[in-house]
This record gives sequence, C-alpha cells and structure tokens, in this order.
Amino acid sequence: MYWESMSDFLHMGGYGLYVWVSFGITFASMAVEIYMLRSRRLSNEASNEKIKGLL
Amino acid sequence: MNNRQKISALSMMFRILKRDITVAWRRRSDVMSVFFFFIIAASLFPLGLGVDLKLLHSIAPSVLWVAALLSCMLSLPRMFETDHVDGTLEQLIISNQPILLVAMMKMLAHWVLSGLPLVLIAPLIGLQFNLNMEELQMLALSLLLGTPTLSLIGGIGAALTLGLRGGGVLIALLVLPLYIPVLVFGSGAVNAVTMGMSASGGVALLGAVLALALIFAPLTASYALKISVE
Amino acid sequence: MNLFKYASPQTFYPLAGKLILWFAIGAAILILVGLYIGLLVAPTDFQQGDSYRIIYIHVPAAWFSMFLYVVMAGYAIMGLTFNAKLAYMMAKSIAPTGAMFTFVALITGAFWGKPTWGAWWVWDARLTSELILLFLYIGYMSLQAAIDDTRRSDRASAILAIVGVINVPIIYFSVKWWNTLHQGSSINTSGSSMAAIMLQAMLIVAIGFWLYSTAVILTRVRREIEERARNTAWVNETKE
Repeated sequence: MYWESMSDFLHMGGYGLYVWVSFGITFASMAVEIYMLRSRRLSNEASNEKIKGLL
Repeated sequence: MNNRQKISALSMMFRILKRDITVAWRRRSDVMSVFFFFIIAASLFPLGLGVDLKLLHSIAPSVLWVAALLSCMLSLPRMFETDHVDGTLEQLIISNQPILLVAMMKMLAHWVLSGLPLVLIAPLIGLQFNLNMEELQMLALSLLLGTPTLSLIGGIGAALTLGLRGGGVLIALLVLPLYIPVLVFGSGAVNAVTMGMSASGGVALLGAVLALALIFAPLTASYALKISVE
Repeated sequence: MNLFKYASPQTFYPLAGKLILWFAIGAAILILVGLYIGLLVAPTDFQQGDSYRIIYIHVPAAWFSMFLYVVMAGYAIMGLTFNAKLAYMMAKSIAPTGAMFTFVALITGAFWGKPTWGAWWVWDARLTSELILLFLYIGYMSLQAAIDDTRRSDRASAILAIVGVINVPIIYFSVKWWNTLHQGSSINTSGSSMAAIMLQAMLIVAIGFWLYSTAVILTRVRREIEERARNTAWVNETKE
C-alpha cells in the first residue's frame, strides 16, 4: 500500500479534487450508459404490451 | 441506334458542368446569397471590434477562413437537391450515365459558384483587417487550395443527406469534423506568414488533402447517391 | 462447428444473451483490480505528483475511443460488402459506447492537464483530433437518427463511418508528427518508458474496459434485434 492513511489517499498529494472528479465523471458516464440501455429495454417491453393489447 | 454520336468523356463532363452551372445560375439569388454572406460575416468582426487594428490583424486569417468555410457549407444542401426533387437524379442513376462524372461535375460546379468567388473577393475583405500584400496572397492561395476540398468533402455530406429533413444543420454536423483539418492548415498557412515564418508546410498539407479528396470524394459521393436515391 | 450461423440475428441473439453477464462480471473485477493497483499500490510520479493517477482511466479510455471507432468502421465495411444486417447492427451499437469513451478521454485529459501543465485545454494536434473523433461519433448517430428507412440508414451511416476512420491514425500519430504539448507515446512495441507496475495497472483497466464495452454493446445489439424484429412482426400481424 502506497498511502499512509485514508485521508492521504483522498487528498492525493493535493490533487484530490482533480483525480476524484475525473474518476467520478467516468463512472457516472458508464452508469448513465447502462441506465439508458435499461430504460430502452423497459420502454420496449411496455410498448410491446401495448401492441399485444391492440392486436 | 446507328447514328448515335460518339461522345468523349471530356465533352460529356463539360456538358454536365455547363448544365449544372446554368441551372444553378437560374436561381441567381441562391448563388449570390452565399457570396454576400461571406462578405457580411467577415465584415462583422471589424465592425464589432472597432478600430483595434492590431487585434484585427491577428485574428484575420482565422476569421476569414471560418467565414469562407461557413459560406461554402451554406450552399451544400442544394448541390444535388434540384436534380433530386424533379427526379432527374433518379433517372441518371438508372440510366447508363456514370454517376461518378455527375458527382464530380456537381462538386466542380459548386466550387465555381461558391468557392472561387471567395478566393477572388477574400483579399479585398482582408484589407479591412489590415493584412499586407504578402498575407493577402497567402490568403488567396490557401483558399484556392482549400475551397475545392471543401466542395469535395461537402459533396459527400450532401449526397448522404439527400432529401432528409433537418437539411443544412445535419450536413454541417457531418461535414464540419472533416473540414477542421482544412481550416487548421489553411488559416495556419496565413498565420505563419503574419508571423514571418514559412507557410510551405501548410500549403503542402492543403495540397495533400486536396489530392486525397480529389481521389476519394467523388467515388464516395456517387456511392452515397445510389444509397440515398433507391 | 459452423460459426457462420451466428451471422444471423436470430442465432446471435441467444448467444449474446448468455455471454453478457460473464463479460459484465469480468469487467467489474478487472476495472476494480486495475484501479486498486493504480490508486493504492503504485508509487507516485516523480515529476507530476499524484495527479498522474488519472492516466489509469484516461489512457485506456483514449485507446478505446479509437479502437471502437475502427471496429465500428470494420463492421460498416462488412455490412456494405456482405449486405449483412447484423454487421450494421453491431456498428450502430458500438457508436454510443465509443462516444462515451471519447468524452471520458477528453474530460479526464482536461482534469489531468490543468494541474500538470496549467491548461484545461490546448488546441494541439492530438486533442483537436480526439475532439474531431467525438464529433464524428455524434455525426454518425445523428445521421442514423435522421433517416427513417432502416436500409438507407444502415448503408449511409456505414459510408460516413468509413470516411471518418482516417481520423484515427491521425490521432495516433499526431504526437510523432507534430510538436505538441501532449506527451509522446510511452508505450510502443519496443518497450515502455513507464514503470512496470503502472503499465500493468493500465493494461488491466484497459482489458476491463474491453469487457465492459463488449457487455454493453452486446446488450445494445439485442435491443436492436428486438426492435427490428418487432417492426416486421407488427407489420406481419396486421396483414391479416
């Protein structure tokens, strides 16, 4: 382990803000992508139900 | 069929070119509006920035190049539109006419009507920006090499978006990423002259991009036309 | 085993379904392991301090922004050559993920650039061409959205993807061809100028990204297959 303590780790030698915001944006982007795929599936299923109801 | 005249490819190309220019010229206002857009857009900057000649001088290459680029882009939707709307394009594709020649000549017509005037008028506009003779020459040369590339690449965009709603904006979205290198090299060449450095690198790059575009763009556009029309 | 049967959407669909979970799990594990090594175990950089640790995301994301575009263009070529619907669907499914990684590469690059070189952004060759890559992805997706006819949409966007692929070698070689602020290539076939453990962490994250991309793209292809099949089924149902 390179770091002495948790707060050292979060501090990132003074660059904590830059490091953690960029990591955060990355994981948020991946989460948004997965979320959008999920809502695509849900809306597809919803409209499938609707179409089945019409036929 | 025995008295069919033998037409050489060259004379056919010339006929297509003449036809396209004539048809476009009938809607003169469309052609002139591109020209005037460039003049007005470029002149907005000296008007907006006041009399700071030094600042104007430093931004001139980029401003003039961006204005030229946007002007070229304005008339792109119309490149194939008139022929598409009345069905001529479809007939051309079905028939034996080589679409490659048609695409090439339309791009050339576009350049003659939209690009070439800019090459001629830009130095005059450049005077407003306090550019000297050497810089104006490089401006004209860079536009001379760059605007045909813009017409060629723009033709691909026009072919892909034929008949689609959202027209001009969609073409811009597709074509601007490909225009950026031309812009960078073109304005870079003029910028180099303003800083007293050699612009030969930029000019060489512009030439190279033009050569590449000449080889690939008409082919790609004709393929795209077939896809868009069927 | 006849692999070509998977070129049909109907056979590919269940295969993709079975694989997605494994790719997803593998991705999560590798990304976490890679970041564990990179963030907690690897030493700090002598010149840059701990801000350098952003590269454990930045470099793999940049790699994938380029790699995915090339794969997308490859599928576009396949689609045009063999008129294979599934190839077009793959290309269409890759684009959003590729755009996401390009965005991440640009943003993390900016956050790395600011503390290290003092600027959020410079207009050098590599950054500009990476930005162009983002525009190319967006243009590709916009063109598809604008064309209603699936056949035309597939083929027109395929051409667009292929035209844009010339940008990728430009991004890759730009640090060699132009004097740029961006650092030169630290990794090439003749070895690396980076500490071994940093390289390992980056590679692990990169493989994790590759597994993530595969999982997401396969999921998206399944949605695409469903939607296209539904459209034909709907039409067939109403014929009666």
